[in-house]
Amino acid sequence: MLEARIENTATSPSIKRKKQRQRRGLSIQITNAMLGVLLPVVLITIWEIAGVMGALNPILLPAPSMILQEFINLSASGELASHLGISAWRALLGFLLGGGLGLAAGIWVGFSIKTERLLDPSLQMLRTLPHLALAPLFILWFGFGETSKILLIAKGSFFPMYVNTFLGIRSVDGKLFDVARVLHFTKWQLISKLIVPASLPNIFLGVRLSIGVAWLGLVVAEMMGSTSGVGFMINDARSFSLTTVVFVGIIVFAVVGKLTDSLVKLLEKRLLRWQDSFKGGGF
Amino acid sequence: MTSEVLVIDDLNKVFSAPTGNVVALEHIQLKVQQGEFITIIGPSGCGKSTLLKIVAGIDTEYEGSVTLHGKPIEGPSIEKGFIFQEPRLFPWLTVEKNIAANLSLKNPEVRKKVDELIELVRLQGFEQSYPRELSGGMAQRVAIARALLRNPDVLLLDEPFGALDAFTRSHLQEVLLDIWQKNRTTMLFVTHDLDEAVFLGQRVIIMNPRPGHIRNILPIGLPFPRKRASHSFQELRHIVLKEFEKVEEPLLDQGAGI
Repeated sequence: MLEARIENTATSPSIKRKKQRQRRGLSIQITNAMLGVLLPVVLITIWEIAGVMGALNPILLPAPSMILQEFINLSASGELASHLGISAWRALLGFLLGGGLGLAAGIWVGFSIKTERLLDPSLQMLRTLPHLALAPLFILWFGFGETSKILLIAKGSFFPMYVNTFLGIRSVDGKLFDVARVLHFTKWQLISKLIVPASLPNIFLGVRLSIGVAWLGLVVAEMMGSTSGVGFMINDARSFSLTTVVFVGIIVFAVVGKLTDSLVKLLEKRLLRWQDSFKGGGF
Repeated sequence: MTSEVLVIDDLNKVFSAPTGNVVALEHIQLKVQQGEFITIIGPSGCGKSTLLKIVAGIDTEYEGSVTLHGKPIEGPSIEKGFIFQEPRLFPWLTVEKNIAANLSLKNPEVRKKVDELIELVRLQGFEQSYPRELSGGMAQRVAIARALLRNPDVLLLDEPFGALDAFTRSHLQEVLLDIWQKNRTTMLFVTHDLDEAVFLGQRVIIMNPRPGHIRNILPIGLPFPRKRASHSFQELRHIVLKEFEKVEEPLLDQGAGI
Protein backbone atom coordinates (compact mmCIF):
# COMPACT_ATOMS: atom_id res chain seq x y z
CA MET A 1 0.00 0.00 0.00
CA LEU A 2 2.69 2.39 1.07
CA GLU A 3 4.78 1.50 -1.95
CA ALA A 4 1.91 2.24 -4.29
CA ARG A 5 1.32 5.60 -2.66
CA ILE A 6 4.89 6.67 -2.99
CA GLU A 7 4.78 5.88 -6.68
CA ASN A 8 1.62 7.89 -7.08
CA THR A 9 3.23 11.11 -5.98
CA ALA A 10 3.93 13.55 -8.71
CA THR A 11 7.73 13.45 -8.58
CA SER A 12 8.65 10.37 -10.56
CA PRO A 13 11.71 8.45 -9.38
CA SER A 14 14.27 7.02 -11.78
CA ILE A 15 13.24 3.95 -13.73
CA LYS A 16 15.73 1.67 -12.06
CA ARG A 17 14.51 2.49 -8.61
CA LYS A 18 10.97 2.15 -9.78
CA LYS A 19 11.67 -1.39 -10.99
CA GLN A 20 13.27 -2.28 -7.70
CA ARG A 21 10.24 -0.95 -5.93
CA GLN A 22 7.91 -2.95 -8.15
CA ARG A 23 9.84 -6.11 -7.38
CA ARG A 24 9.75 -5.32 -3.70
CA GLY A 25 6.05 -4.47 -3.96
CA LEU A 26 5.39 -7.85 -5.58
CA SER A 27 7.25 -9.78 -2.90
CA ILE A 28 5.30 -7.88 -0.25
CA GLN A 29 2.07 -8.85 -1.99
CA ILE A 30 3.10 -12.50 -2.00
CA THR A 31 4.03 -12.35 1.68
CA ASN A 32 0.68 -10.74 2.51
CA ALA A 33 -1.19 -13.45 0.60
CA MET A 34 0.84 -16.18 2.35
CA LEU A 35 0.01 -14.64 5.69
CA GLY A 36 -3.70 -14.82 4.84
CA VAL A 37 -3.68 -18.55 4.00
CA LEU A 38 -1.41 -19.58 6.87
CA LEU A 39 -4.13 -20.05 9.48
CA PRO A 40 -6.58 -22.05 7.27
CA VAL A 41 -3.78 -24.31 6.02
CA VAL A 42 -2.63 -25.15 9.55
CA LEU A 43 -6.20 -25.81 10.73
CA ILE A 44 -7.05 -28.02 7.74
CA THR A 45 -3.85 -30.03 8.20
CA ILE A 46 -4.65 -30.71 11.88
CA TRP A 47 -8.23 -31.58 10.94
CA GLU A 48 -7.09 -34.03 8.22
CA ILE A 49 -4.59 -35.74 10.51
CA ALA A 50 -7.27 -36.11 13.22
CA GLY A 51 -9.68 -37.55 10.64
CA VAL A 52 -7.20 -40.07 9.26
CA MET A 53 -6.33 -41.20 12.79
CA GLY A 54 -10.02 -41.89 13.39
CA ALA A 55 -10.40 -39.30 16.13
CA LEU A 56 -13.44 -37.73 14.42
CA ASN A 57 -16.90 -39.13 13.75
CA PRO A 58 -17.19 -38.99 9.92
CA ILE A 59 -20.95 -38.31 10.14
CA LEU A 60 -20.42 -35.21 12.24
CA LEU A 61 -17.06 -34.02 10.96
CA PRO A 62 -15.76 -35.72 7.82
CA ALA A 63 -12.07 -35.26 6.99
CA PRO A 64 -11.12 -32.59 4.43
CA SER A 65 -10.04 -35.25 1.93
CA MET A 66 -13.56 -36.78 2.03
CA ILE A 67 -15.12 -33.37 1.49
CA LEU A 68 -12.78 -32.78 -1.44
CA GLN A 69 -13.77 -36.14 -2.92
CA GLU A 70 -17.44 -35.21 -2.57
CA PHE A 71 -16.74 -31.87 -4.24
CA ILE A 72 -15.10 -33.65 -7.19
CA ASN A 73 -18.03 -36.06 -7.49
CA LEU A 74 -20.64 -33.31 -7.36
CA SER A 75 -18.71 -31.22 -9.88
CA ALA A 76 -18.24 -34.14 -12.26
CA SER A 77 -21.96 -34.99 -12.23
CA GLY A 78 -22.81 -31.35 -12.97
CA GLU A 79 -25.11 -31.29 -9.95
CA LEU A 80 -23.13 -28.64 -8.15
CA ALA A 81 -22.88 -26.34 -11.17
CA SER A 82 -26.62 -26.46 -11.82
CA HIS A 83 -27.47 -25.77 -8.16
CA LEU A 84 -24.93 -22.96 -7.98
CA GLY A 85 -26.16 -21.47 -11.25
CA ILE A 86 -29.74 -21.33 -9.98
CA SER A 87 -28.64 -19.87 -6.64
CA ALA A 88 -26.45 -17.24 -8.25
CA TRP A 89 -29.25 -16.23 -10.58
CA ARG A 90 -31.68 -15.81 -7.67
CA ALA A 91 -29.15 -13.86 -5.63
CA LEU A 92 -28.37 -11.60 -8.58
CA LEU A 93 -32.02 -10.87 -9.36
CA GLY A 94 -32.83 -10.27 -5.71
CA PHE A 95 -29.82 -8.05 -5.25
CA LEU A 96 -30.55 -6.01 -8.36
CA LEU A 97 -34.15 -5.52 -7.35
CA GLY A 98 -33.51 -4.79 -3.65
CA GLY A 99 -30.25 -2.93 -4.12
CA GLY A 100 -31.64 -0.84 -6.97
CA LEU A 101 -34.69 0.14 -4.95
CA GLY A 102 -32.48 0.78 -1.92
CA LEU A 103 -30.26 3.09 -3.95
CA ALA A 104 -33.24 4.99 -5.30
CA ALA A 105 -34.88 5.27 -1.88
CA GLY A 106 -31.58 6.33 -0.29
CA ILE A 107 -31.10 9.09 -2.83
CA TRP A 108 -34.69 10.24 -2.54
CA VAL A 109 -34.77 10.26 1.26
CA GLY A 110 -31.24 11.67 1.42
CA PHE A 111 -32.22 14.64 -0.68
CA SER A 112 -35.22 15.81 1.22
CA ILE A 113 -35.80 16.17 4.91
CA LYS A 114 -39.55 15.93 4.25
CA THR A 115 -39.23 12.54 2.58
CA GLU A 116 -36.98 11.46 5.42
CA ARG A 117 -39.65 12.33 7.97
CA LEU A 118 -42.28 10.57 5.89
CA LEU A 119 -40.48 7.35 4.97
CA ASP A 120 -37.54 6.73 7.24
CA PRO A 121 -39.41 5.67 10.42
CA SER A 122 -41.43 3.05 8.55
CA LEU A 123 -38.40 1.77 6.64
CA GLN A 124 -36.36 1.48 9.83
CA MET A 125 -39.17 -0.55 11.37
CA LEU A 126 -39.29 -2.92 8.40
CA ARG A 127 -35.51 -3.25 8.51
CA THR A 128 -35.58 -5.02 11.85
CA LEU A 129 -37.92 -7.80 10.63
CA PRO A 130 -35.99 -11.09 10.36
CA HIS A 131 -36.07 -13.18 7.19
CA LEU A 132 -37.33 -16.25 9.00
CA ALA A 133 -40.33 -14.37 10.33
CA LEU A 134 -41.28 -13.09 6.92
CA ALA A 135 -40.55 -16.20 4.85
CA PRO A 136 -43.84 -18.02 5.69
CA LEU A 137 -45.80 -14.89 4.80
CA PHE A 138 -43.98 -14.50 1.49
CA ILE A 139 -44.67 -18.15 0.63
CA LEU A 140 -48.30 -17.66 1.55
CA TRP A 141 -48.58 -14.61 -0.67
CA PHE A 142 -46.41 -15.54 -3.61
CA GLY A 143 -46.31 -19.33 -3.46
CA PHE A 144 -43.32 -21.63 -3.55
CA GLY A 145 -42.11 -20.32 -6.91
CA GLU A 146 -39.26 -18.01 -7.72
CA THR A 147 -41.17 -14.81 -6.85
CA SER A 148 -41.23 -15.37 -3.11
CA LYS A 149 -37.54 -16.29 -3.06
CA ILE A 150 -36.39 -13.33 -5.08
CA LEU A 151 -38.55 -10.96 -3.07
CA LEU A 152 -37.13 -12.29 0.18
CA ILE A 153 -33.59 -11.73 -1.10
CA ALA A 154 -34.56 -8.29 -2.37
CA LYS A 155 -36.02 -7.40 1.03
CA GLY A 156 -32.70 -8.24 2.63
CA SER A 157 -30.48 -6.38 0.18
CA PHE A 158 -32.68 -3.30 0.13
CA PHE A 159 -31.73 -2.04 3.58
CA PRO A 160 -27.91 -1.96 3.59
CA MET A 161 -28.09 -0.14 0.28
CA TYR A 162 -30.72 2.29 1.51
CA VAL A 163 -29.03 3.11 4.80
CA ASN A 164 -25.57 3.62 3.29
CA THR A 165 -26.71 5.66 0.31
CA PHE A 166 -28.68 7.90 2.64
CA LEU A 167 -25.67 8.27 4.93
CA GLY A 168 -23.38 9.00 1.97
CA ILE A 169 -25.59 11.79 0.69
CA ARG A 170 -25.96 13.34 4.10
CA SER A 171 -22.21 13.36 4.69
CA VAL A 172 -21.30 15.37 1.59
CA ASP A 173 -19.09 18.27 2.66
CA GLY A 174 -21.24 21.39 2.97
CA LYS A 175 -18.28 23.52 1.92
CA LEU A 176 -18.28 21.86 -1.49
CA PHE A 177 -21.94 22.78 -1.86
CA ASP A 178 -20.88 26.43 -1.54
CA VAL A 179 -18.32 25.87 -4.29
CA ALA A 180 -20.99 24.32 -6.48
CA ARG A 181 -23.20 27.37 -5.90
CA VAL A 182 -20.42 29.81 -6.72
CA LEU A 183 -19.56 27.87 -9.89
CA HIS A 184 -23.23 27.85 -10.85
CA PHE A 185 -23.83 24.11 -11.03
CA THR A 186 -27.22 23.13 -12.42
CA LYS A 187 -29.37 20.83 -10.31
CA TRP A 188 -28.36 17.86 -12.45
CA GLN A 189 -24.66 18.78 -12.16
CA LEU A 190 -25.09 19.04 -8.42
CA ILE A 191 -26.26 15.42 -8.35
CA SER A 192 -23.91 13.95 -10.95
CA LYS A 193 -20.77 15.98 -10.22
CA LEU A 194 -20.98 16.45 -6.47
CA ILE A 195 -23.43 14.29 -4.58
CA VAL A 196 -22.98 10.97 -6.36
CA PRO A 197 -19.16 11.00 -6.44
CA ALA A 198 -18.99 12.23 -2.86
CA SER A 199 -21.27 9.48 -1.60
CA LEU A 200 -19.69 6.77 -3.75
CA PRO A 201 -17.59 5.32 -0.88
CA ASN A 202 -20.76 4.77 1.14
CA ILE A 203 -22.66 3.43 -1.85
CA PHE A 204 -19.92 0.86 -2.41
CA LEU A 205 -20.11 -0.19 1.20
CA GLY A 206 -23.86 -0.58 0.67
CA VAL A 207 -23.26 -2.79 -2.37
CA ARG A 208 -20.90 -5.05 -0.48
CA LEU A 209 -23.19 -5.43 2.51
CA SER A 210 -26.19 -5.91 0.23
CA ILE A 211 -24.51 -8.75 -1.66
CA GLY A 212 -23.65 -10.37 1.66
CA VAL A 213 -27.23 -10.14 2.83
CA ALA A 214 -28.46 -11.42 -0.53
CA TRP A 215 -26.52 -14.68 0.00
CA LEU A 216 -27.90 -14.89 3.52
CA GLY A 217 -31.46 -14.45 2.30
CA LEU A 218 -30.85 -16.97 -0.45
CA VAL A 219 -30.10 -19.78 1.99
CA VAL A 220 -33.22 -19.02 4.00
CA ALA A 221 -35.31 -18.88 0.83
CA GLU A 222 -33.91 -22.12 -0.55
CA MET A 223 -34.21 -24.02 2.68
CA MET A 224 -37.89 -23.10 3.01
CA GLY A 225 -39.32 -25.31 0.31
CA SER A 226 -37.33 -25.46 -2.84
CA THR A 227 -36.17 -28.16 -5.22
CA SER A 228 -33.02 -26.53 -6.50
CA GLY A 229 -30.14 -24.33 -5.46
CA VAL A 230 -27.20 -24.73 -3.11
CA GLY A 231 -29.45 -24.05 -0.10
CA PHE A 232 -31.72 -26.91 -1.17
CA MET A 233 -28.68 -29.12 -1.73
CA ILE A 234 -27.51 -28.53 1.83
CA ASN A 235 -30.95 -29.07 3.33
CA ASP A 236 -31.55 -32.20 1.28
CA ALA A 237 -28.16 -33.68 2.25
CA ARG A 238 -28.83 -32.95 5.92
CA SER A 239 -31.96 -35.10 5.92
CA PHE A 240 -29.89 -37.99 4.51
CA SER A 241 -26.97 -37.29 6.87
CA LEU A 242 -24.66 -36.64 3.91
CA THR A 243 -22.41 -34.37 5.92
CA THR A 244 -19.79 -34.11 3.17
CA VAL A 245 -22.38 -32.55 0.83
CA VAL A 246 -23.38 -30.10 3.56
CA PHE A 247 -19.76 -29.10 3.88
CA VAL A 248 -19.33 -28.70 0.13
CA GLY A 249 -22.41 -26.46 0.06
CA ILE A 250 -21.14 -24.32 2.92
CA ILE A 251 -17.69 -23.97 1.37
CA VAL A 252 -19.18 -23.07 -2.00
CA PHE A 253 -21.22 -20.34 -0.32
CA ALA A 254 -18.15 -19.01 1.45
CA VAL A 255 -15.95 -19.03 -1.65
CA VAL A 256 -18.52 -17.48 -3.97
CA GLY A 257 -19.38 -14.88 -1.34
CA LYS A 258 -15.75 -13.95 -0.90
CA LEU A 259 -15.17 -13.82 -4.67
CA THR A 260 -18.06 -11.46 -5.31
CA ASP A 261 -16.93 -9.28 -2.43
CA SER A 262 -13.39 -9.16 -3.84
CA LEU A 263 -14.79 -8.22 -7.23
CA VAL A 264 -16.71 -5.29 -5.79
CA LYS A 265 -13.66 -4.29 -3.75
CA LEU A 266 -11.54 -4.28 -6.89
CA LEU A 267 -14.06 -2.04 -8.62
CA GLU A 268 -14.16 0.16 -5.55
CA LYS A 269 -10.38 0.51 -5.53
CA ARG A 270 -10.37 1.61 -9.14
CA LEU A 271 -13.17 4.12 -8.79
CA LEU A 272 -12.07 5.53 -5.45
CA ARG A 273 -8.40 6.05 -6.29
CA TRP A 274 -8.77 9.67 -5.21
CA GLN A 275 -9.46 8.81 -1.59
CA ASP A 276 -6.94 9.98 0.94
CA SER A 277 -7.78 7.99 4.01
CA PHE A 278 -5.95 5.85 6.53
CA LYS A 279 -5.01 2.56 4.91
CA GLY A 280 -3.93 0.68 8.00
CA GLY A 281 -0.18 1.07 7.69
CA GLY A 282 2.05 1.54 10.72
CA PHE A 283 0.31 -0.74 13.20
CA MET B 1 -18.87 56.40 -14.61
CA THR B 2 -18.73 53.39 -16.91
CA SER B 3 -15.48 52.20 -15.37
CA GLU B 4 -17.19 51.50 -12.04
CA VAL B 5 -17.73 47.78 -11.97
CA LEU B 6 -18.99 47.35 -8.42
CA VAL B 7 -20.99 49.89 -6.43
CA ILE B 8 -22.00 49.30 -2.83
CA ASP B 9 -24.37 51.92 -1.47
CA ASP B 10 -25.50 52.11 2.15
CA LEU B 11 -25.19 48.38 2.76
CA ASN B 12 -26.46 47.12 6.11
CA LYS B 13 -26.53 43.57 7.35
CA VAL B 14 -28.02 42.28 10.57
CA PHE B 15 -27.69 38.72 11.86
CA SER B 16 -30.60 37.76 14.03
CA ALA B 17 -29.61 35.52 16.87
CA PRO B 18 -31.67 34.18 19.78
CA THR B 19 -29.64 36.38 22.12
CA GLY B 20 -30.43 39.49 20.11
CA ASN B 21 -29.59 41.02 16.77
CA VAL B 22 -25.97 41.56 15.78
CA VAL B 23 -25.18 44.33 13.34
CA ALA B 24 -22.58 42.77 11.07
CA LEU B 25 -22.28 45.59 8.56
CA GLU B 26 -23.33 49.20 8.91
CA HIS B 27 -23.54 51.81 6.20
CA ILE B 28 -20.95 50.39 3.82
CA GLN B 29 -20.14 52.69 0.90
CA LEU B 30 -17.71 51.55 -1.76
CA LYS B 31 -17.11 52.10 -5.45
CA VAL B 32 -14.69 49.77 -7.19
CA GLN B 33 -13.19 50.72 -10.55
CA GLN B 34 -12.74 48.28 -13.40
CA GLY B 35 -9.44 46.44 -13.01
CA GLU B 36 -8.78 47.76 -9.53
CA PHE B 37 -7.03 45.71 -6.83
CA ILE B 38 -8.70 46.34 -3.47
CA THR B 39 -7.58 44.75 -0.23
CA ILE B 40 -9.84 44.71 2.81
CA ILE B 41 -8.24 44.37 6.22
CA GLY B 42 -9.66 44.29 9.71
CA PRO B 43 -9.77 42.25 12.91
CA SER B 44 -11.95 39.15 13.10
CA GLY B 45 -15.61 39.96 13.48
CA CYS B 46 -15.42 43.19 11.48
CA GLY B 47 -17.67 41.74 8.79
CA LYS B 48 -15.12 41.62 5.99
CA SER B 49 -16.00 38.07 5.04
CA THR B 50 -19.69 38.86 5.28
CA LEU B 51 -19.19 41.77 2.89
CA LEU B 52 -17.43 39.50 0.43
CA LYS B 53 -20.17 36.86 0.66
CA ILE B 54 -22.80 39.49 -0.08
CA VAL B 55 -20.90 40.64 -3.16
CA ALA B 56 -20.52 37.00 -4.20
CA GLY B 57 -24.26 36.50 -3.92
CA ILE B 58 -23.86 33.67 -1.42
CA ASP B 59 -25.57 35.81 1.21
CA THR B 60 -28.56 37.64 -0.22
CA GLU B 61 -30.23 38.92 2.93
CA TYR B 62 -29.14 42.51 3.34
CA GLU B 63 -30.39 46.08 3.17
CA GLY B 64 -29.07 48.67 0.77
CA SER B 65 -27.85 48.28 -2.75
CA VAL B 66 -25.01 46.25 -4.21
CA THR B 67 -24.69 46.43 -7.97
CA LEU B 68 -22.34 44.82 -10.45
CA HIS B 69 -22.32 46.63 -13.81
CA GLY B 70 -25.37 48.52 -12.59
CA LYS B 71 -27.38 45.35 -11.95
CA PRO B 72 -28.29 44.37 -8.37
CA ILE B 73 -26.69 41.15 -7.12
CA GLU B 74 -29.33 38.52 -6.58
CA GLY B 75 -27.33 35.33 -6.26
CA PRO B 76 -24.10 33.60 -7.22
CA SER B 77 -23.09 33.93 -10.85
CA ILE B 78 -20.02 33.17 -12.90
CA GLU B 79 -19.30 36.91 -13.23
CA LYS B 80 -18.09 36.77 -9.64
CA GLY B 81 -15.27 34.37 -8.99
CA PHE B 82 -14.87 33.33 -5.37
CA ILE B 83 -11.82 31.89 -3.69
CA PHE B 84 -12.25 30.47 -0.23
CA GLN B 85 -9.69 30.29 2.52
CA GLU B 86 -9.29 26.58 1.84
CA PRO B 87 -8.90 25.36 -1.75
CA ARG B 88 -12.12 23.32 -1.56
CA LEU B 89 -11.23 21.11 -4.51
CA PHE B 90 -13.27 18.07 -5.48
CA PRO B 91 -11.10 15.23 -4.15
CA TRP B 92 -12.30 12.77 -6.80
CA LEU B 93 -11.22 14.94 -9.73
CA THR B 94 -7.75 15.47 -11.16
CA VAL B 95 -6.26 18.97 -11.27
CA GLU B 96 -7.45 19.71 -14.80
CA LYS B 97 -10.90 18.30 -14.13
CA ASN B 98 -11.13 20.33 -10.94
CA ILE B 99 -10.41 23.48 -12.91
CA ALA B 100 -13.03 22.55 -15.49
CA ALA B 101 -15.47 21.33 -12.78
CA ASN B 102 -18.90 21.56 -14.41
CA LEU B 103 -17.48 22.48 -17.82
CA SER B 104 -16.41 19.73 -20.21
CA LEU B 105 -12.76 19.32 -21.14
CA LYS B 106 -13.98 17.78 -24.39
CA ASN B 107 -14.96 21.26 -25.47
CA PRO B 108 -11.82 22.46 -27.32
CA GLU B 109 -12.31 26.01 -26.06
CA VAL B 110 -12.41 24.89 -22.43
CA ARG B 111 -9.49 22.54 -23.03
CA LYS B 112 -7.38 25.36 -24.44
CA LYS B 113 -8.21 27.76 -21.62
CA VAL B 114 -7.56 25.15 -18.94
CA ASP B 115 -4.14 24.47 -20.44
CA GLU B 116 -3.39 28.19 -20.50
CA LEU B 117 -4.49 28.59 -16.90
CA ILE B 118 -2.41 25.64 -15.75
CA GLU B 119 0.56 27.43 -17.25
CA LEU B 120 -0.50 30.74 -15.69
CA VAL B 121 -0.68 29.28 -12.18
CA ARG B 122 2.50 27.26 -12.85
CA LEU B 123 1.10 23.77 -12.45
CA GLN B 124 2.41 22.10 -15.62
CA GLY B 125 3.07 18.42 -15.06
CA PHE B 126 0.38 18.12 -12.39
CA GLU B 127 -2.66 18.07 -14.69
CA GLN B 128 -3.44 14.44 -13.83
CA SER B 129 -2.67 14.65 -10.11
CA TYR B 130 -5.36 14.28 -7.48
CA PRO B 131 -5.81 16.95 -4.77
CA ARG B 132 -4.37 14.65 -2.09
CA GLU B 133 -1.07 14.70 -3.97
CA LEU B 134 -0.81 18.48 -3.93
CA SER B 135 0.68 20.83 -1.36
CA GLY B 136 -1.51 23.53 0.17
CA GLY B 137 -0.10 26.22 -2.10
CA MET B 138 -0.56 24.11 -5.22
CA ALA B 139 -4.14 23.30 -4.28
CA GLN B 140 -4.91 26.98 -3.79
CA ARG B 141 -3.46 27.72 -7.23
CA VAL B 142 -5.85 25.14 -8.69
CA ALA B 143 -8.70 26.97 -6.95
CA ILE B 144 -7.53 30.26 -8.47
CA ALA B 145 -7.38 28.71 -11.94
CA ARG B 146 -10.86 27.26 -11.42
CA ALA B 147 -12.23 30.72 -10.65
CA LEU B 148 -10.38 32.35 -13.55
CA LEU B 149 -11.65 29.85 -16.12
CA ARG B 150 -15.10 31.43 -15.84
CA ASN B 151 -13.66 34.82 -16.86
CA PRO B 152 -15.06 36.64 -13.84
CA ASP B 153 -15.53 40.41 -13.93
CA VAL B 154 -14.51 40.51 -10.33
CA LEU B 155 -12.51 38.00 -8.31
CA LEU B 156 -13.41 37.79 -4.62
CA LEU B 157 -10.77 36.30 -2.37
CA ASP B 158 -11.54 35.47 1.25
CA GLU B 159 -8.19 35.22 3.08
CA PRO B 160 -6.98 32.85 0.37
CA PHE B 161 -3.41 32.56 1.59
CA GLY B 162 -4.18 32.72 5.32
CA ALA B 163 -3.46 29.04 5.97
CA LEU B 164 -0.18 28.92 4.04
CA ASP B 165 3.38 29.30 5.26
CA ALA B 166 5.20 32.59 4.68
CA PHE B 167 7.22 31.44 1.66
CA THR B 168 4.30 29.89 -0.17
CA ARG B 169 2.22 32.93 0.66
CA SER B 170 4.62 35.47 -0.82
CA HIS B 171 5.05 33.24 -3.87
CA LEU B 172 1.30 33.08 -4.41
CA GLN B 173 0.98 36.83 -3.92
CA GLU B 174 3.35 37.23 -6.83
CA VAL B 175 1.42 34.69 -8.90
CA LEU B 176 -1.76 36.62 -8.18
CA LEU B 177 -0.23 39.97 -9.14
CA ASP B 178 1.05 38.35 -12.31
CA ILE B 179 -2.46 37.16 -13.15
CA TRP B 180 -3.93 40.54 -12.32
CA GLN B 181 -1.47 42.37 -14.55
CA LYS B 182 -2.13 39.96 -17.43
CA ASN B 183 -5.92 39.71 -17.14
CA ARG B 184 -6.82 43.01 -15.43
CA THR B 185 -9.47 41.24 -13.38
CA THR B 186 -10.95 43.41 -10.64
CA MET B 187 -9.83 41.98 -7.31
CA LEU B 188 -11.48 42.22 -3.90
CA PHE B 189 -9.06 40.62 -1.50
CA VAL B 190 -9.88 40.09 2.19
CA THR B 191 -6.94 39.52 4.51
CA HIS B 192 -5.86 39.89 8.09
CA ASP B 193 -2.21 40.26 7.07
CA LEU B 194 -1.07 43.88 6.99
CA ASP B 195 1.92 43.23 4.74
CA GLU B 196 -0.26 41.37 2.28
CA ALA B 197 -2.78 44.23 2.18
CA VAL B 198 -0.13 46.83 1.42
CA PHE B 199 1.80 44.60 -0.97
CA LEU B 200 -1.20 43.79 -3.17
CA GLY B 201 -3.74 46.59 -2.89
CA GLN B 202 -4.08 49.79 -4.85
CA ARG B 203 -6.46 50.78 -2.10
CA VAL B 204 -6.52 49.31 1.38
CA ILE B 205 -9.89 49.33 3.10
CA ILE B 206 -9.62 49.24 6.87
CA MET B 207 -12.66 47.85 8.63
CA ASN B 208 -13.72 48.17 12.22
CA PRO B 209 -15.93 45.73 14.16
CA ARG B 210 -19.00 46.12 16.36
CA PRO B 211 -20.75 47.13 14.22
CA GLY B 212 -18.73 46.29 11.12
CA HIS B 213 -18.04 49.40 9.10
CA ILE B 214 -15.35 50.98 6.92
CA ARG B 215 -13.01 52.97 9.07
CA ASN B 216 -10.76 54.34 6.38
CA ILE B 217 -9.74 53.82 2.77
CA LEU B 218 -6.05 54.35 2.07
CA PRO B 219 -4.70 54.63 -1.47
CA ILE B 220 -1.36 52.86 -1.94
CA GLY B 221 0.38 54.74 -4.72
CA LEU B 222 3.42 52.47 -5.02
CA PRO B 223 4.17 51.09 -8.48
CA PHE B 224 4.27 47.33 -9.09
CA PRO B 225 6.29 45.24 -8.51
CA ARG B 226 6.61 46.42 -4.96
CA LYS B 227 9.63 45.81 -2.80
CA ARG B 228 8.78 44.93 0.77
CA ALA B 229 12.15 46.15 2.03
CA SER B 230 11.91 49.53 0.30
CA HIS B 231 11.64 52.66 2.38
CA SER B 232 8.37 53.83 0.80
CA PHE B 233 6.75 50.40 1.37
CA GLN B 234 7.69 50.42 5.02
CA GLU B 235 6.44 53.98 5.37
CA LEU B 236 3.04 53.11 3.92
CA ARG B 237 2.90 49.96 5.99
CA HIS B 238 3.50 52.12 9.02
CA ILE B 239 0.65 54.45 8.08
CA VAL B 240 -1.75 51.51 7.69
CA LEU B 241 -0.52 50.06 10.95
CA LYS B 242 -1.23 53.36 12.69
CA GLU B 243 -4.74 53.45 11.24
CA PHE B 244 -5.16 49.89 12.40
CA GLU B 245 -4.09 50.79 15.90
CA LYS B 246 -6.62 53.60 15.98
CA VAL B 247 -9.20 50.94 15.24
CA GLU B 248 -7.98 48.70 18.02
CA GLU B 249 -7.58 51.24 20.80
CA PRO B 250 -11.15 52.39 21.40
CA LEU B 251 -12.14 48.76 21.34
CA LEU B 252 -9.76 47.88 24.09
CA ASP B 253 -11.01 50.86 26.06
CA GLN B 254 -14.49 49.45 25.89
CA GLY B 255 -13.18 46.14 27.07
CA ALA B 256 -14.46 44.52 23.91
CA GLY B 257 -11.18 43.00 22.81
CA ILE B 258 -11.09 39.91 20.68
